[in-house]
Amino acid sequence: MKYSKNSVWENNDYYDVVVVGGGHAGCEAALATSRLGFSTILFTVSVDSIALMPCNPNIGGSSKGHLVREIDALGGEMGKVIDSSFIQSKMLNKSKGPAVHSLRAQADKARYSRNMRQVLEKQERLEIKQGEVAKILTEENKIVGVMTYSGAIFSCKAVILCTGTYLKARCIYGDVAQNIGPNGLQAANNLTDSLKELGITLYRFKTGTPARIDGSTVDFSKMEEQKGDEKIQPFSFTTNPADVQIDQVSCWLTYTNNETHSIIRENLDRSPLYSGMIEGTGPRYCPSIEDKVVKFADKERHQVFIEPEGLETNEMYIGGMSSSLPEDVQYRMYRTVPGLENVRITRNAYAIEYDCIDARQLKSTLEFKKINGLFSAGQFNGSSGYEEAAAQGLIAGINTARKLQEKEQISLDRSTSYIGVLIDDLVTKESHEPYRMMTSRAEYRLLLRQDNADQRLTKLGYEVGLIDEERLNKLTLKEKLIQEEINRLENTHIGNSQRVQELLIENKSTLLPSGASLADLIRRPELNYSILAEIDEERPIFPEDLADEVIEQVNISIKYEGYIKRQKKQVEQFKKLEDKKIPEDINYDEIESLRIEARQKLKTIRPSSIGQAGRISGVSPADISVLLVFLSGV
Amino acid sequence: MIKDENRTIAAISTAVSPSGIGIVRMSGNQSIEIADKVFKGKKSLHESKSHRIHYGHIYEENQMVDEVLVMLMKGPHSFTKEDTVEINCHGGVFIVKKVLDLLIKNGASPALPGEFTKRAFLNGRMDLSQAEAVSDLIYSQNDYALKNSVNQLKGKLKDTIQEIRNEIIYNTAFIETALDDPEHISMEGFSDKLNIEIKKWLKKLNNLIDSNENGKIISEGIKTVIVGKPNAGKSSLLNVLLGEERAIVTDIEGTTRDILEEHINLNGILLNIIDTAGIRDTDDKVEKIGVSKAASYVEEADLILYVIDASRALDENDETIMKMIDGKKCIFLLNKTDLDTVISKSDFASNLANSNLKENAVIEVSAINITGIDEVEETIKRMFYEGNISFNNEIFITNVRQKDALVHAKESILRVESSVENQMPEDLYTIDLLDAYEYLGEITGETIGEDLVNEIFQKFCMGK
Repeated sequence: MKYSKNSVWENNDYYDVVVVGGGHAGCEAALATSRLGFSTILFTVSVDSIALMPCNPNIGGSSKGHLVREIDALGGEMGKVIDSSFIQSKMLNKSKGPAVHSLRAQADKARYSRNMRQVLEKQERLEIKQGEVAKILTEENKIVGVMTYSGAIFSCKAVILCTGTYLKARCIYGDVAQNIGPNGLQAANNLTDSLKELGITLYRFKTGTPARIDGSTVDFSKMEEQKGDEKIQPFSFTTNPADVQIDQVSCWLTYTNNETHSIIRENLDRSPLYSGMIEGTGPRYCPSIEDKVVKFADKERHQVFIEPEGLETNEMYIGGMSSSLPEDVQYRMYRTVPGLENVRITRNAYAIEYDCIDARQLKSTLEFKKINGLFSAGQFNGSSGYEEAAAQGLIAGINTARKLQEKEQISLDRSTSYIGVLIDDLVTKESHEPYRMMTSRAEYRLLLRQDNADQRLTKLGYEVGLIDEERLNKLTLKEKLIQEEINRLENTHIGNSQRVQELLIENKSTLLPSGASLADLIRRPELNYSILAEIDEERPIFPEDLADEVIEQVNISIKYEGYIKRQKKQVEQFKKLEDKKIPEDINYDEIESLRIEARQKLKTIRPSSIGQAGRISGVSPADISVLLVFLSGV
Repeated sequence: MIKDENRTIAAISTAVSPSGIGIVRMSGNQSIEIADKVFKGKKSLHESKSHRIHYGHIYEENQMVDEVLVMLMKGPHSFTKEDTVEINCHGGVFIVKKVLDLLIKNGASPALPGEFTKRAFLNGRMDLSQAEAVSDLIYSQNDYALKNSVNQLKGKLKDTIQEIRNEIIYNTAFIETALDDPEHISMEGFSDKLNIEIKKWLKKLNNLIDSNENGKIISEGIKTVIVGKPNAGKSSLLNVLLGEERAIVTDIEGTTRDILEEHINLNGILLNIIDTAGIRDTDDKVEKIGVSKAASYVEEADLILYVIDASRALDENDETIMKMIDGKKCIFLLNKTDLDTVISKSDFASNLANSNLKENAVIEVSAINITGIDEVEETIKRMFYEGNISFNNEIFITNVRQKDALVHAKESILRVESSVENQMPEDLYTIDLLDAYEYLGEITGETIGEDLVNEIFQKFCMGK
């Protein structure tokens, strides 16, 4: 610690909550606690880096789009801010089933950051402070405050750690390594020791980002233009779709080639990853271009997306080519890509290493098991991605508030949301790389669609206090309309009249031998609700702002009924095990007949339910049986 | 996979008893309903009194399977405190198995190791002091079942299951990668390709299910090993027992060098018979291997058939064999009674009088004239019913569980097939693909864990 004894002073302003970090997790966390009535101070190493997007310029994408919708449904901010700052939007996987439709928007990074900061600044009970938190202060394992690098002590009741990739951050390319955070920002070098003193286990993870380039030096005529959707859907359930039909900016697609790959191969020995200079564990889902070239040696080319970073800058992002190769190699490598022959690099690609925790030290409420009042969220918990961070920040914020309200904390299970899957995976499974949300991780994804996030979570958001009554009433009405319309379609039978048959022929559908319900027709892959309009005479008129959503839900519910029913059954099954709670004070050493491996795993992770226990690797179904036997006697 | 605690479970609860009666026990809230689907008595069990024995028949469709006595015990007055039905069958091992199969077909699930006891405990049947014992039981039975299910799988069948699993996870990972990274990976034409794979999987699964019905996925019978000196007539005798010419039979000593395994059904008792190479002191390398293999089979055997050429005198090789089979259940077969014999039954028996093998039967037979064979069969049956040789219950149950898993895997693949036919979007396939993967994993003793995510990263190049 650099400060002298006489620089230590006590700040006497009153705060309930200290949030450490102003990234996507920190913003949601601080907004949640202050909105729920608690005075909150958010520390950031630089006020200018609030809600910064130091890597890719998008929000959403496969399964991450789901997270944003869920954040919004619970009363978080990310969806609203991206709706006000995007420059292109696309619904991904539109040709696939509704469960994997996923919204992705290109953000104007500066505007996103500015808009979020403004929301924070306008928020009552929330204060922003530039400074580095260097020490967590506890008494008898209970949070009492924090101390900053400058020696100031801030008393509080709870702390939410959202330090992102800043803890002992080290940026590396080639043989150049600097102890700085993302985007050249100052790293936070002091907190780690304090965390270790509290008995917290830390990991060291690694991630990376591609170069940023000057768009005016790119030849777009050699690339394929990638436009946004014609009809744009907003992220937030509260955004009026009419307000987001903007003029969009394009992205551009180009490819690497043999020459690119040769340059990479020839210089592999200069890569810090291969020379052993980087010790952190990198993410498999986000490989650097050198990783791709080595691992998928038979691929002749890899896609490269050139994406704008904003409207008021020439800078562009080279999606698909993150790297930690030396600066000179970066220039040569990027310039082999068609359209980038004369490219000027504004910021080098780099890999970054940072301290984070083994999240199995957390409860599914995101509070540390061992430290009363200490919560954490985001990349600090071993995840990756803006959306994953924001989702955790929101939950950590809500639970901090609930703790101070002396209410039961919330814990979303895997059948309710991607957020639930994300947190359950983080706190249950051992991970050696930053965790990214993926649609394949959600076993009940047919029920966890981006289109029904409101039906899944908004009631909870209301109970928590982040959703107002008006929004809840609108949802209740929507649900009623959906149910009534499904019932009507199931019970409306039509004959095989000429009009009906003609419509079927027109849509390349088989003719009706006798009558059928309208729902039966909607079940046919080639038909849907809108097509049947002309043979459906009693069709109700829905309120304008709900019509599209109601129709979408009706279509999905009817078309995928069989699959949905099956998943609901699986969920029932799952819930039974989730509902079998394990007492917090259980002493696994008393269960002598439990296998040693299982006992050790259970002792470290201390699962809250039999269901969670079953997901721990190394705990077998037989172990679970034995555990059940003992719990029944407790 | 953690199983549903509320499902109705069934298992064979006794090894076949001396009288040839086997009991199939079923417990859970659907037991009476399921039993009523296959049982025909004076009244349906539904209307029958609890804690009484009801006489009737088990039917498969319209075919009578067995005459049975059914004990009905409504919960909570039963061992497990759940509705329990016990079916006492008469028709031997195969019928007992058949009855269990029928219950499973009608909605029961094969019980897991120790599950009846576990339920009894969880439903408050026993007190905490017994928890330790219950835990031990769960672990020991589980280890046993696991060992069996994995070890007893014959190599080729295990490979087939492994192969299907690998293909399923590969295709699932492909779909998932394309969903996670739609801008890098296209799914065009994928459904057609998958359809071809599906047909292949179904064919393989059907084969596995069929072969399982014949009891061949794992050996569930009495492990019977034929031993003897070269050219004592082991193979000829096996052929007589089998009723066919299977083993290679020549007059040249040492012809049966490989181990052959055959299955014989003696009125419902299944024997897995292994014929071994003749045992003698030899320098021939290949023959030596055969001899040492024979020794290891003898060690694992439930029953030994020791074939002795009665036309030749005993020598040091016989001594070797006697040592090898010491302490085993055995039948001595004095073969070649069609020739002039030098060993008589009474001499042989008195020779045994001082050894550990004295309790075992000695029978004179002729594989050429087919005499004494009936006596051999009768002896085996008697030994079995008197409990001198035991039928391995746990292996049997393991086999039922495996079949159940195979059938479920097949059903899941059929659902994928219909999703493809109905032009459903690809993301819906993976629900059933993963189910199939998980069911097959139950057979090979593997869980799903992080398989999918690992496969995605290993096989496919993600963007960004």
